[in-house]
Amino acid sequence: MAQPDFSVGIGGAAGQGVATPGTLLAKLFVRRGLHINAYNAYQSIIRGGHTFLTIRTGEAPVRCMGDELDMLIPLNQDTMDRHVRRMRPGSAVLFDGGKVNPEGAADGVQLCPLPLAQLAKSPLHYNTAAVAAVLRLVGVECRPFEDMLAEQFERKGDAVVAENVAVARAGYEYAGAHFRPYPFALPDTKKPLAVATGNECLAMGGVAAGVKFYCAYPMSPSTGVLMWMARHARQLGIMVRQVEDEIGVINMAIGAAHTGCRALCATSGGGFALMTEALGAAAMMEIPVVCINVQRAGPATGVPTKTEQGDLWQVLGAGQGDYPRLIAAPISIADCFHTIPQIFNLADRFQCPGIVLADLLESEGFSSLDPAELDFNPPRDRGEVIGLDGPPVPSGEGYERYRQTESGVAPRALPGTPGHAHVVATDEHDERGVLISDEFTDPHKRQAIMERRQRKMDGALPLIDPPRLAGAADAEVTLVGWGSTWGVIAEAVEKLEREGIRANHLQVKWMVPLHVEAIQQALANARKIVIVENNYSGQFARYLRSETGVVADAHIRKYDGEPFMPHHVVEGVRKVLAGKTKKYVPVHEIRV
Amino acid sequence: MAGPAVTKTRTALVQRPRRAPLPVKEFKGKAEPDWCPGCGDFGVLNALKSAVAELGLHPHEVLTISGIGCSSNLPGYINTYGMHTLHGRALAVASGAQLGNHGLKVVVTGGDGDGFGIGGNHFVHAMRRNLDLTYIVMDNQIYGLTTGQVSPTSRKGMKTKSTPHGSVENPVNAIPLAIVCGATYVARGFSGQQKHLIELIKGAIEHKGFAFVDVFSPCVTYNKENTHEFFKQRTRKLEDMGHDPSDFHAAIEKGGLWGDDIPIGLFYRNEAVPALDELEPVLAEGGPLAHRPLDVSEENARAVIAELM
Repeated sequence: MAQPDFSVGIGGAAGQGVATPGTLLAKLFVRRGLHINAYNAYQSIIRGGHTFLTIRTGEAPVRCMGDELDMLIPLNQDTMDRHVRRMRPGSAVLFDGGKVNPEGAADGVQLCPLPLAQLAKSPLHYNTAAVAAVLRLVGVECRPFEDMLAEQFERKGDAVVAENVAVARAGYEYAGAHFRPYPFALPDTKKPLAVATGNECLAMGGVAAGVKFYCAYPMSPSTGVLMWMARHARQLGIMVRQVEDEIGVINMAIGAAHTGCRALCATSGGGFALMTEALGAAAMMEIPVVCINVQRAGPATGVPTKTEQGDLWQVLGAGQGDYPRLIAAPISIADCFHTIPQIFNLADRFQCPGIVLADLLESEGFSSLDPAELDFNPPRDRGEVIGLDGPPVPSGEGYERYRQTESGVAPRALPGTPGHAHVVATDEHDERGVLISDEFTDPHKRQAIMERRQRKMDGALPLIDPPRLAGAADAEVTLVGWGSTWGVIAEAVEKLEREGIRANHLQVKWMVPLHVEAIQQALANARKIVIVENNYSGQFARYLRSETGVVADAHIRKYDGEPFMPHHVVEGVRKVLAGKTKKYVPVHEIRV
Repeated sequence: MAGPAVTKTRTALVQRPRRAPLPVKEFKGKAEPDWCPGCGDFGVLNALKSAVAELGLHPHEVLTISGIGCSSNLPGYINTYGMHTLHGRALAVASGAQLGNHGLKVVVTGGDGDGFGIGGNHFVHAMRRNLDLTYIVMDNQIYGLTTGQVSPTSRKGMKTKSTPHGSVENPVNAIPLAIVCGATYVARGFSGQQKHLIELIKGAIEHKGFAFVDVFSPCVTYNKENTHEFFKQRTRKLEDMGHDPSDFHAAIEKGGLWGDDIPIGLFYRNEAVPALDELEPVLAEGGPLAHRPLDVSEENARAVIAELM
């Protein structure tokens, strides 16, 4: 393959079917064993507006959407006008020649007008013709696409399949006869991959964790988790409920978790705000429950379909009082899958709430996955539980739910277990669960209980992988990120290297507990620390400073609703190293 | 009452064999109630303990869930599994617990502010889902634990610490509200009528579906209007009024009565409506979710991965 990767951008109005060719191409690529990463820029509108899907594919793992497009498929004039000037010589623009005018294309950009009205009888088939034309230009045979159409329309009968296949062939042949193919061909590695969105990975991670109860209130960009769970509930034996509001969601999940189910819920920042009191309640009653916050641009309703890393302080400070909690920010779409079982194991073991801090970039984007890495039966640690299999169980003589222990953890007996009846309370309570909050308040007891609950976290830290510095030890600049920015920063480091700037990279996934010493050591010899994050105020920079004392030399921040692209980070590093700024805020070139 | 068209499963659930009663002392809680002397909640606690004991339920089979408020301290005073949750959230927690382990008898207790004020949204939705819960509200028409503010059931015109000139808002009438929201067992009791209340609670626990028991439970400290004496003089039993609890419209009508005659008893019962756990195919076999193994079968894992390829 002449070039390491290939990017195609498909844009149009919502409702115009941007997703269909995107899904088809993604599947065709992964079936050839190519990696992909896709980002869907969309709007809170059901019909109209502008949505733009970028799919990048290549033989090596693709970690982000990249910087450039090799092909643009504008489904309407609006998309053409917004994106055509971005196209470089050597790239191509594929469009409906009867409808869209390619004005403004640079010299050397191949214009590929498809006469869609001639190639397909119905506008329903335009996408089919366009996808086939793409395949022709990237040197992929038409047959796998025909097979896919046959699978897709099998239920509609042979006539429909034949019609679609005919349109595909017409588009393929037309492109062959009239357009110049790229000077490379996308290979077939013969090792087919899987493809999933971040939301699907979060849901499947729940399955792998053994989740038996999932509930949610629909909220973009987390609704995909609910939809996946609802679709698979009966097949997988998972109770799935849509609840009246997010307060109901988290409390219902807590109720199910208390009976012994692994219970999961997902929302976005606004819904999470409603859940905060109950997360404290879960910590107080010591009930393990996991909540996913898929961040979108806030505050308030904010920009519901745009991405941001703006909820770190919200989750750090969720709820009144001090309480033990776990917070993990998955670093990629694939990591969304792995993070759920990991956090459930810790939540069960330490009997506290777990919060997963994903974002729209991950949840609505999609990525290739190695099917061998999708382990649906990973190690599961339920912690100390009495009565997990249902009655009968031992006597329970002298059982104290909240016994003082060295680790801070005491075995929890599930309701229904004979001999262990007790009350769990959101009021402060003693070893037996009896309230000490009102007339019997005892300061010494309260202190001991607070210390026991908080002590639990000491045991969690050694079970979490510390973040590791990637790249050259003697780098000129150290880039620090958290959560979803791993891929884009990793690629920026490589780009910088090609420009002769030696950079290394520390990505932090676990916010709580935080590997303070490991981070301090990793950054001890850094010559220039630059923190990259998708928010206005540098939430992670402030957190890092408060917990580790590490003060960054400069910052690269973005809060326009769109994710970073590698060149944004590269440009920021250049400016910082040139001494031009200590805070670089890139301008997103494309209006989406 | 005409026999409802129930399935065999439902008949078995509704007409399960009677168990031998347990001594009430089996249900004595770890702590003594801290309610004011003379509080109506003592009567409700005693009635609930008697009801579960008479039904032959064992402490570990019952999960008592409350929110916050004077009456919500109840789970600490009864020997069952208990959850003393957040203000207004008892029904939401109970919904998850009942679905998580539908083998448990889940009893929810709380006050009028907890249930109809801050918890109003969950109240409506738990009823429309017909979850198999027993919900006992100790209704004292006042906020007691916060020392005497207006409640959602306070009479219009009532003077409280937060309505010193008299409330100008209409109270909520929980009985018709519960009936139209889809509760399938709707009753009202009075803590001063122990035997009657025990029977209502027993009926509620045995009922498969959402059972709501609103109980007049006078606050002796902050409500000088709706006192024991007030209810003693006015409450009339529906049984003595020739009321048919299978009659939906009559139940709403009786629920609207207030004044010199205030009805107590069973307003409405509908045994033909399946409870949510009976409608959920995931629970059809395999026992409570809480006790099922977490393993994902090879077949299911393969099927899920195949969708992604």
